[in-house]
Amino acid sequence: MSGNPIDRIATATPAVMAKRVRGLSDRAIAWLFVGPSIVLLLAVNIFPLIWTINLSFTNFRANRLRDAEYIGLRNYERILTDTDTWQSMQATANFLFWTIFFQVLIGFALAYLINKKFKGNDLWTTIIVLPMMLSPAVVGNFWTFLYQPQIGLFNYVVEFFTGIDSSSFSMIGDVSLAPWSIVIVDTWMWTPFVMLICLAGLRSIPDSIYEAAECDRASKWRQFWTLTVPMVLPFLMLAVLFRGIENFKMFDLVVQLTGGGPGSITTLTSIDLKREAFEKWRTGYASAYAVILFVTVFGLASIYVKALNKVKER
Amino acid sequence: MSGFSVTQPSNRQKWIAGLLVITYAVVTLMPLLWIIATGFKSPEDAISYPPKIVFEPSLEGYVNLFSSRTRITPGMEETLQPPETWYDQVARDAGTIIVGPSRYGQRFLNSVIIGFGSTFLAIVFGTTAAYAFSRFKIPIKDDLLFFILSTRMMPPIAVAIPIFLMFRQLGLNDTQLGMILLYTAVNLSLSVWLLKGFIDEIPFEYEEAALIDGYTRFQAFYKVVLPQAATGIASTAIFCLIFAWNEYAFAVLLTSGTAQTAPPFIPTIIGVGGQDWPAVAAGATLFLMPVMLFTILLRKHLLRGITFGAVRK
Amino acid sequence: MKASKLLMATALTAATFGMAGSASAATDSLTLCWAAWDPANALVELSKDFEAESGTEMSFEFVPWPNFADRMLNELNSNGTLCDLLIGDSQWIGGAAENGNYVKLNDFFDAEGISMDDFIPATVTGYAEWPKGSPNYWALPAYADVVGWTYRKDWFERPELMAEFKGKYGYDLGVPESLEQLKDIAEFFQGREIDGKTVYGAAIYTERGSEGITMGVTNALYNYGFEYGNPENPYAELDGYVNSAGAVAGLEYYKDLYDNGTPPGSSNWYMGENIDAYKSGQVALQMNFAFIWPGVNADPNVGGDRTGYFANPPGPAGQFAQLGGQGISIVANTDNMEGALAYIKWFAQGDVQAKWTEMGGASAMRSVVEAPGFADAQPYNQAFLDSMAIVKDFWAEPSYASLLLPMQSRIHNYVIAGQGTAQEALDGLVEDWVEGFEDEGLR
Repeated sequence: MSGNPIDRIATATPAVMAKRVRGLSDRAIAWLFVGPSIVLLLAVNIFPLIWTINLSFTNFRANRLRDAEYIGLRNYERILTDTDTWQSMQATANFLFWTIFFQVLIGFALAYLINKKFKGNDLWTTIIVLPMMLSPAVVGNFWTFLYQPQIGLFNYVVEFFTGIDSSSFSMIGDVSLAPWSIVIVDTWMWTPFVMLICLAGLRSIPDSIYEAAECDRASKWRQFWTLTVPMVLPFLMLAVLFRGIENFKMFDLVVQLTGGGPGSITTLTSIDLKREAFEKWRTGYASAYAVILFVTVFGLASIYVKALNKVKER
Repeated sequence: MSGFSVTQPSNRQKWIAGLLVITYAVVTLMPLLWIIATGFKSPEDAISYPPKIVFEPSLEGYVNLFSSRTRITPGMEETLQPPETWYDQVARDAGTIIVGPSRYGQRFLNSVIIGFGSTFLAIVFGTTAAYAFSRFKIPIKDDLLFFILSTRMMPPIAVAIPIFLMFRQLGLNDTQLGMILLYTAVNLSLSVWLLKGFIDEIPFEYEEAALIDGYTRFQAFYKVVLPQAATGIASTAIFCLIFAWNEYAFAVLLTSGTAQTAPPFIPTIIGVGGQDWPAVAAGATLFLMPVMLFTILLRKHLLRGITFGAVRK
Repeated sequence: MKASKLLMATALTAATFGMAGSASAATDSLTLCWAAWDPANALVELSKDFEAESGTEMSFEFVPWPNFADRMLNELNSNGTLCDLLIGDSQWIGGAAENGNYVKLNDFFDAEGISMDDFIPATVTGYAEWPKGSPNYWALPAYADVVGWTYRKDWFERPELMAEFKGKYGYDLGVPESLEQLKDIAEFFQGREIDGKTVYGAAIYTERGSEGITMGVTNALYNYGFEYGNPENPYAELDGYVNSAGAVAGLEYYKDLYDNGTPPGSSNWYMGENIDAYKSGQVALQMNFAFIWPGVNADPNVGGDRTGYFANPPGPAGQFAQLGGQGISIVANTDNMEGALAYIKWFAQGDVQAKWTEMGGASAMRSVVEAPGFADAQPYNQAFLDSMAIVKDFWAEPSYASLLLPMQSRIHNYVIAGQGTAQEALDGLVEDWVEGFEDEGLR
């Protein structure tokens, strides 16, 4: 019994106090309080995960009546040797790189400016934050309208500033532009998130450090690189982690914007997985795909967190 | 503070910073303003070139959003009664007659029910679990907490495969109950994580005093801890609500009609030909507006909350 | 705290209320699921007669085309109870029959004296039979549809354009007699200034997400010599049929048409976008399913005399057109089997079918389309009859999605994204299909 964590919780409360407490015992309270959450997480997260792993070794199809057969590692072999899979992995990697690049750049710059505490900065901060609070599917769908050749606002603005004919290019239709179309919308939506975390980082730097640097006659430029950047770096890295995980999962926004097209240029892994699982209904194959994605994101995130902790310790 | 400080930006710096930030804010706001404006355009104005900034407001988009209509065919005109209401008139001017309500209202209501239902449960379970995690010592607490958070790393499509099969067995596909349970589970990780932080900040002495006064543990939790954590609970609730409100991937895969929420529905609003952009924009405006207002009105608590989970780690 | 308590109470009442609402579906009601398009509105009107006769309350769930297959197949595969009756796409029939999602209707047809001989043979094969060519019926042909073309007759008849065209191509501007001519015409109009507006050649299917580009490209592929496989045994022998020299030429034709004769930005177009482009006077030619023809004819801008209609023109290997259309099936999960059967029985009557066509539907019943005067009753009826005589359909196997998705991807990659050659695209498609059939144990 003592091996059970919940039982150990209860015994952890000082014995003197436990006696004074009336009503339910601490042990019962602990069970009662943690129980539902654990049960729900087991039912909706752990059990399905185990089921997915099991299915990944079969040729099960959820839309068929016939029984599934175990086929060993065949699904994994097929996925890892399929060029389409690698294409979607590459598309995802490109998407991740460029969205993070722009969001960090713009997000940090904005945070730096907002930290100058000009009048009304909190209201403007809120306005900048608005896009990230909204439904990506609904907003993404509307962006296809903004991206229409000729009549779309985006194309018109481009024409207005550059003179390029607004009907001559299609952000979501041209092979060379489509990857940028999703990067632009994702950057528009999620730069504020990076900005807020950077802002928290900037605000955590005590004024006294700058005052000390000023006494040492360090130039502003030098202060920026030797004080501001290193102090904000852990925060920035955390923002990158969160954005990385979120964009690795990306589905709703891109599905609404490009549907993975043109061709398969913007088919991210989630879109590819959805086609396998819910259009072709190759459930076993898709389960193996899901396991591979999970291992990938978990593995990358763990390595990254280790690096992050090293930076923090410095 | 004296007139000169090394850490205070100069007025000139402030002015430039302000100008740049406001410029960015205005640019970032454009697409949202365009959604709102398009909702009030006539279909012709919506697709005009160059895009119209000044236009004659029309309620056709909103009428189309809430109604299903049929085209008036040449033979029909003589048999028609004169329009009874203003919205009949709007539809008639566009060459259609209203035959009934659209599904938008029902989908919106689904979003409300599923959003509030799952938020309520995620907060109840999350608060109690967070309290237990905060107040009782658990040897593998950190691992358990990280595990809870890591459940959010899975792509929703990957999670949806077994959930789909499970729901099919239990008859939960396309039900509000199924969606509430699913969103509760997904939100639980966030709410436990955030709420534990808030409860950690409440000094243990208050409860101790209450326990010594003869309160039961549950009374102490209910009467002492909960009121102290109210702000944290409220802002956590808003995050849970926004997640459930905006969620698309699960909704599109696990609901087909009865329990379908607004995000998978709005992109499928079509007119006679392709998408009816004014109606889509009207639907989007009504759907996005509550979140925009929440964000602006509650900005003090919310902005802290967004970074809270991340920064505390 | 007060406010949050109130909020919680509201949420709870709302939740219980909502659930009660969804549980109280009466048994004398029927839900019919179909795509959200013009014919669906006509069916709502038509069904009012059924409601009056039977006292059954009809409700409808219409899903736009790009989402229709996803949503409805998901519904069937999740054993959902949303639909009692489903007017499902022709390709679904294999899967729905083999997986027990549809009710087999043979006994019911026999008992009620409904004969499949009364319907256009191509529609019976296309919409009702599984396996194809066997008398096993899983649906009643409900809506006959096929890909065809509309063109701007008023532009075609302008003397200055006619003269210029004749000078350039050496034959008269008119209804194209071959796909080659159709491309000439599209290129002729591409970027042309008409009444002060820049117009383009043709609106064709290019959609990526569901089935759009496949439904478009097949109209070129078939006519240039593409076959789904060796007619003797399609599963065993694909190489040399799917990627034959003719098929490659057909695919190259479609890309050529896309590159030189379609509006800019039309990289993801299907029925809706094509209608919009045509009605707004952007294009001279429009590829689309025949269902849009009544709407085009009634349109204030392009309707009446300004538009003409023609069947998909022949290519070097023959004349075919992509079959569209659907049959009406009963979902096996229905809790109102009697009502659903009664609806089909009612719908199969000759006079109801005649009224169906009249109201904007498209009956597949021979007594309707072979009636004297039908061909001339509407300006598009002759084109419809011509088209229905040359139809060909995509795979309808239970695994059709595993065959459709690679085709969408291979074709879109080549035609729209311009990657690789036509030969590579079709060779790749053969590989994908072989793999699909191997998975199914068909090879």
